[in-house]
Amino acid sequence: MKYIDEFRDGELARGLAAAIRQIAWPQRNYHFMEFCGGHTHAISRYGVTDLLPPNVRMIHGPGCPVCVLPIGRVDMAIRLALETGVTLCTYGDTLRVPASDGLSLMKAKARGGDIRMVYSSADAVRIAQQNPDKQVVFFAIGFETTTPPTAVAIKQAQALGLKNFSVLCCHVLTPAAISNILESPEVRQWGTVPLDGFIGPAHVSTIIGSRPYEFFAEEYRKPVVIAGFEPLDVMQAILMLVKQVNEGRAVVENEFSRAVTRDGNLKAQNLVSELFELRRSFEWRGLNEVPYSALRIRKEYAEFDAERRFGIEYKTVPDNKACECGAILRGVKRPQDCKIFGTVCTPENPVGSCMVSSEGACAAHYTYGRYKDIAVVNG
Amino acid sequence: MSEIRKGYVRPLDLKHGRVDMTHGSGGRAMVQLIEELFAKYLGNEYLGQGNDGAVMPMPKGRLVMATDSHVVSPLFFPGGDIGCLSVHGTINDIAVMGATPLYLAAGFILEEGFPLGDLARIVESMARAAQEAGVPIVTGDTKVVEQGKGDGVFITTTGVGVVAEGEDFSGDRARPGDKIIVSGSIGDHGMAIMAQRESLGFSAPIISDTASLFGLIVAMRESGAAIRVLRDPTRGGVATTLNEIARQSKVGMMLQEAALPVNPEVAAACEFLGLDPLYVANEGKLLAVVAPDDADTLLAAMRAHPLGLRAAIIGSVHEDAHHFVQMTTGFGGRRIVDWLTGEQLPRIC
Repeated sequence: MKYIDEFRDGELARGLAAAIRQIAWPQRNYHFMEFCGGHTHAISRYGVTDLLPPNVRMIHGPGCPVCVLPIGRVDMAIRLALETGVTLCTYGDTLRVPASDGLSLMKAKARGGDIRMVYSSADAVRIAQQNPDKQVVFFAIGFETTTPPTAVAIKQAQALGLKNFSVLCCHVLTPAAISNILESPEVRQWGTVPLDGFIGPAHVSTIIGSRPYEFFAEEYRKPVVIAGFEPLDVMQAILMLVKQVNEGRAVVENEFSRAVTRDGNLKAQNLVSELFELRRSFEWRGLNEVPYSALRIRKEYAEFDAERRFGIEYKTVPDNKACECGAILRGVKRPQDCKIFGTVCTPENPVGSCMVSSEGACAAHYTYGRYKDIAVVNG
Repeated sequence: MSEIRKGYVRPLDLKHGRVDMTHGSGGRAMVQLIEELFAKYLGNEYLGQGNDGAVMPMPKGRLVMATDSHVVSPLFFPGGDIGCLSVHGTINDIAVMGATPLYLAAGFILEEGFPLGDLARIVESMARAAQEAGVPIVTGDTKVVEQGKGDGVFITTTGVGVVAEGEDFSGDRARPGDKIIVSGSIGDHGMAIMAQRESLGFSAPIISDTASLFGLIVAMRESGAAIRVLRDPTRGGVATTLNEIARQSKVGMMLQEAALPVNPEVAAACEFLGLDPLYVANEGKLLAVVAPDDADTLLAAMRAHPLGLRAAIIGSVHEDAHHFVQMTTGFGGRRIVDWLTGEQLPRIC
């Protein structure tokens, strides 16, 4: 496949691996966090860590939209479907996130809720158009990448004069999450999470640009390399990070220049700020309440805001006590450090959100890499 | 001879007619549907017996029986439809047991309001598939459910075949050192359905691979290669089928990603939808586990058959107490190829 295979070339990967081995100082360890679930998935699926020297380690970050969704938000969606009787549309993985009372949207669907998986926010608008007698709610999740399509859907619904379409807005913001991690006591005070730099988001950065990360590089002295989601992108970014660390630099570099500019997509940014405003605070799974870290729909578009239309309120629900998703999302623990990883908590019966999405650290490790945890006779 | 005049019966309207509740009632309307539609296309001496069951001769050997229900949506897709799919599905399940498929039975659940013309197309397609494979549909059943209680048509087919003594293909016979062969490109059926469902406008449509594998399997058996396991990787795709075999045989497997045959349009569609061709359903492909020394012989025999032109050795079997299926990625790393989790593509067959 043109423009895909080039970024998965094994030969080039070996070349990059050799370059990383050559410049990495053997006497020190390098710890880099890949913020995005897309990177986590690529690293696991293509076996990127197999190519890295042992002193270059990757820490999985919180950038998996489904993973950071707290139970209380999924509960809201389930209530809308089961109690209010709306047609609830959402992206695939969201259906499997465990919620209160042993439910998930998938299980609520089996109990008679009209819950539908869509590939795009436009599908939800179409469903509203086709079912004028039903209230259709789009359960909108995700980082800055999925926010503009939600904005477009609301605009579309407005243009069509739809009175039966609204959005349960749970869009969250990347820079706020990065700040939260950098400010966490594990990184700042105790140093239990050694962090030498970030692989910056790919798709998110196409929207917000590379500028927002400059603050982290300057303020916290952490190098950031924005990278695409292909495995060679990740390898190249690691090489660039090692270089920065060796040279004592901490700047934002852009490996993903084929798609990311410094300013990002201004049209999308304007659209988003026209429809959405900052929430004062938003609860994330793992990161708890993070100030100014999420968006809600502006008053001018209140009729499309499911929270206002149906008068539903958010209630905090604590995670399962044994579940380590919180610590894993902060980079404090690895999936295999969790007692219930692979035993009680599996992709078939996820206890925590990180086991749900293929971008989740636990699901990625379980699906692609768990052979590393046990001695296996190799052929 | 009765003097009573024969009543005029209006023929089935295949152009505008629709299935209604009377077609499943057991009365005249049902008899008419059977005679003018099912018997017309599927007719054979056993179906023509007209009794509650069909009586057929039974060759020597052990009986093999398999059943498969089909709920695919959409009913018609590039490369096939639910009709031929329901025939191929069951024939393949019997054929991969090393058996010769002999007879099929078909059960239809029709939804009230389903166009009779579409039903005729489906039954005609079943008839063609059955005839090509030389396996007659000898008995059947039709039920009708109210509108909204079904989705057009569901078809269950059950088949019987015979397998000779000594022909023992079974999922528990893979041994360390064996080679794993796939008969051709993977993921075609699932992506054909998916592309149709999502209205993905690719310039060249993805064609389902639905086909009867019996001919190919005959050629493979005649090659004399020591075949241990044969299986058709339908739902869950190649990955799931290999995991089943690994568990049954209590072995591990190592695949080579670079060796997997994937059509470029399937790879592109998978990329686009975030799917992995290893987990996408096939309906005309098989996986064979073969003794290492016979792998090349078997591969040559497969490649000489039209359904095996792109057959390839994709990996090997080794000892592993955890029964992992692993893969060396094209990138140079290694990963598990795990069981399918959840439902990747609902109602694919």
